[in-house]
Amino acid sequence: MTAATTPAKSGVRSVPGAPLLELDGVKMHFKAKGDGLLARKTQWVQAVDGVDLTVSPGETIGLVGESGCGKSTTARLITRLLEPTAGEIRYQGVDIAHMSERKLRPYRREIQLIFQDPYSSLNPRHTVGTIVGTALRTHGMVAKSGELARVQELLEVVGLNPEHYNRYPHEFSGGQRQRIGIARALAARPKIIVADEPVSALDVSIQAQVMNLLESLRQELGIAFVFIAHDLGVVRHFCDRVAVMYLGRVVEEGPRDALYEKPQHPYTQALLSAVPDIGVVRGVPPKNRIRLVGDVPSPVDPPSGCRFRTRCWKAQDICATEDPALIERAPAQRVACHFAEPPAESILAETA
Amino acid sequence: MSDQTTGVPQTVTRAPREAAAGEEAYLEVTDLQVQFPTADGLVRAVQGLSYSVPLRRTLAIVGESGSGKSVSSMAVLGLHDRRVARITGSIKVGGREVVNMSDKDLEGFRGGDAAMIFQDPQSSLHPYFTVGSQIMESYRAHNNVSKRAAKERAIDMLGRVGIPNPRRRVDQYPHEFSGGMRQRAMIAMALVNDPKLLIADEPTTALDVTVQAQILDLIADLQRDFGSAVVFITHDLGVVAEIADDILVMYAGTAVEHGPVNKILGEPLHPYAWGLLESIPALTGEPQPLHPIPGTPPSLLAVPSGCPFHPRCEFKDRVPDDWCTTLRPDLIPRTADLGRTSRCHLKEPDKVFETEVLPRLP
Repeated sequence: MTAATTPAKSGVRSVPGAPLLELDGVKMHFKAKGDGLLARKTQWVQAVDGVDLTVSPGETIGLVGESGCGKSTTARLITRLLEPTAGEIRYQGVDIAHMSERKLRPYRREIQLIFQDPYSSLNPRHTVGTIVGTALRTHGMVAKSGELARVQELLEVVGLNPEHYNRYPHEFSGGQRQRIGIARALAARPKIIVADEPVSALDVSIQAQVMNLLESLRQELGIAFVFIAHDLGVVRHFCDRVAVMYLGRVVEEGPRDALYEKPQHPYTQALLSAVPDIGVVRGVPPKNRIRLVGDVPSPVDPPSGCRFRTRCWKAQDICATEDPALIERAPAQRVACHFAEPPAESILAETA
Repeated sequence: MSDQTTGVPQTVTRAPREAAAGEEAYLEVTDLQVQFPTADGLVRAVQGLSYSVPLRRTLAIVGESGSGKSVSSMAVLGLHDRRVARITGSIKVGGREVVNMSDKDLEGFRGGDAAMIFQDPQSSLHPYFTVGSQIMESYRAHNNVSKRAAKERAIDMLGRVGIPNPRRRVDQYPHEFSGGMRQRAMIAMALVNDPKLLIADEPTTALDVTVQAQILDLIADLQRDFGSAVVFITHDLGVVAEIADDILVMYAGTAVEHGPVNKILGEPLHPYAWGLLESIPALTGEPQPLHPIPGTPPSLLAVPSGCPFHPRCEFKDRVPDDWCTTLRPDLIPRTADLGRTSRCHLKEPDKVFETEVLPRLP
């Protein structure tokens, strides 16, 4: 992107040598009222309970897990739409976890969010020009005279017709609306974009278009991504590193290939084994799917020790008493399990 | 923790589907048209759709939003409001014609011979009534039995779809169920009258993968037990590959490709099917750049002339004389393979697929 704009005066402090983004023991416990007799007793929904995560500049990290595992809450914590109940969120070494709204403003510019639902994340009464322009104005990115030109430039970057700046969101299709959301995020020239299920509401052919767009932005602009999705194929396609979450915690984290080929946590193995594989029509033998017992426990009252133990086939007494730490089991691959080991044979059958 | 902790995971392998004999069709759709007159013009949601499904077989209908896959399936159950929708053609279920069936006959037919599972169990279960009472209502509408007998039946069905503690669960409300359990309850409700035809409209789209796998197994098991014909609507080709016998690919209200799953997903002949396969990232191998279909699906108010896919088709230059823009291709066998049909003008599509498309598949 070529832009004849001066960078906004940055109020972002940084500690030399610190990673771009670091989550350190971040917790988010929501207050919830109990039912009936328990109404007086306050309960806490432990949506995110001690997440550690590091993102380097230009890196894409995927966050996967099933509904209720806390991945969207993590996205809202990173972007500080929520204030964590414990832990530190360090952006370039500076803790922004409890920063005041005024001080946070310059950080907000550098950390942008793309939402899942392109229908509800755009104001239907604003034109595309206003939607993207507001981001420019809020952060003082361009002079008023240059605003329209910059909006059009951004629309072009995301593959929309720049002449359509005065149209309303309802005049666009789902895929195009998602592009508007991406243009809005790019307006602030962020260093990191948190994308919360950015393609899951889109049709397959449109999904691939948006993925390619994100991929080219990543390569050309060097933006780091925290990419949240439940589709393991999409995450594998887009991310350098992947973290698997279960019930508010990261249970395994590592380089993409290691995680998909040699997953060490039983939950990661079960998750990968459950993905339906189109390869069966090309003669790939059907894989052995690991059957998980029961449902995900309530985050109000999670199991003691390892949170996965109630559904785990490896669980022993130690799992109930001792919380497994997320430790390195293979180069750069960290696993939170007392009995972590790679599967005997690859879970994902090799395509011939 | 119980004795399940043996250190070895319980695994299930989804056995390849044995090809059921080509029996007589239970569901037969012939030249179905569904149109909705609107203030903006006539929406041609389904145009000339024909397919059939025998008992014990599963047909997957795939396509993007607006391709007509849900609209055509709702027509099979007579769910369209006749004041709004114009339906022509023929839909025969077990020999009975559904198009123009009287409301009274439809009441007996729906939920009896044919049933449907919807995508969102949250909105298709009534929050005000217990799960059990909703299943009982469905059973008693078709069977003259006492409440007590109906409740026993509801408990039995909940047990069969794998809900633990059915005797206690039967008196609970939908909000007390998890997403996967609600979908199971919906399936129990749909199957309570032993329907011969089951239509599942994106039944697992809202679910997590581990739950999805369980529901897919459940539908396959129940199909085997009940011997029903199943129409499975989805956009997930991975799911299709694992559970379907046949596949019908829809685009802009018409079928563009139809045949056995292995053929259609293994060596498709229509450029739209090629585009779909090229849009799905793989789980193994070196990640390849995706090669998406350009453009967006057409508006059903103004379906393109000729082949409806031509504005997005990268192979239309290979077809002589503007056929693609002026002539609508027929759904016919394109190769020596007679068991499958495709709607495209392109010459020797099997060779084009093998030499040009296959090498760049993810």
